[in-house]
Amino acid sequence: MWTYEKKLQYPVKVSTCNPTLAKYLMEQYGGADGELAAALRYMNQRYTIPGKVIGLLNDIATEEFAHLEMIATMIYKLTKDATPQQLRDAGLAEHYVSHDSALFYNNAAGVPFTAAYIQAKGDPIADLYEDIAAEEKARATYQWIIDMSDDPDLNDSLRFLREREVVHSQRFREAVEILKDERDQKKVF
Amino acid sequence: MKSQQPFTSAKSYVPPHSPFDPCPPIGRKYYSTPPNLYLGFQPSDLPQFSPADALRKGTLWKVFYDYYDNPYRKGAGKSRD
Repeated sequence: MWTYEKKLQYPVKVSTCNPTLAKYLMEQYGGADGELAAALRYMNQRYTIPGKVIGLLNDIATEEFAHLEMIATMIYKLTKDATPQQLRDAGLAEHYVSHDSALFYNNAAGVPFTAAYIQAKGDPIADLYEDIAAEEKARATYQWIIDMSDDPDLNDSLRFLREREVVHSQRFREAVEILKDERDQKKVF
Repeated sequence: MKSQQPFTSAKSYVPPHSPFDPCPPIGRKYYSTPPNLYLGFQPSDLPQFSPADALRKGTLWKVFYDYYDNPYRKGAGKSRD
């Protein structure tokens, strides 16, 4: 169960009318390395991982939903007042004919989200290594979006989200250290 | 603070270029090597940001803060703070 705070984890301000950026941001909304994939991956893996790190997966999965909400806010702000012509110029004509300006879990190329993006192998090390890789891929995706964006206010929010990927990767790496730790073993040399 | 760390959070290399490649060479390619690659388990008693700063930067711990900017833009790489 969750309690909801009716505010974003970090403010989202968009300073330029640029629906093309919304198209790029969809990579983090419904893409393979996006926030939805991250949240669902950790939320599901936590059932079959040693108790010492269940809480970590739970906390990070929860935060990923807060990031998803920030990305949604960005996409919404960038498209809500766009005319069909502006959406067409932004490469979003195909999105418009199916969804109007509604948000949908597509990636930047318009491919809909699929559970095949994520895994749960049941092996704690395999799953945590996947999670570390997912955080690094999400970090890289934020970098490439920042590289493509000229909007300083949007980039400020994207830098916050990128920093969170760095911290999450660190915590998953520490989780691996916890699970492989041998300090409790009695060793005779 | 960054200069005191024993690692750099970005690296670069020059990809090969041939006279028959259609585009002019990009020169350097850049990639991030953020602090989480170097620390292992987080040591105790690391310096922290103030709570207000931490909320803005996305981390409480100074060692994990890694500002990113487009490395291919002129004048890039300067943190705004």
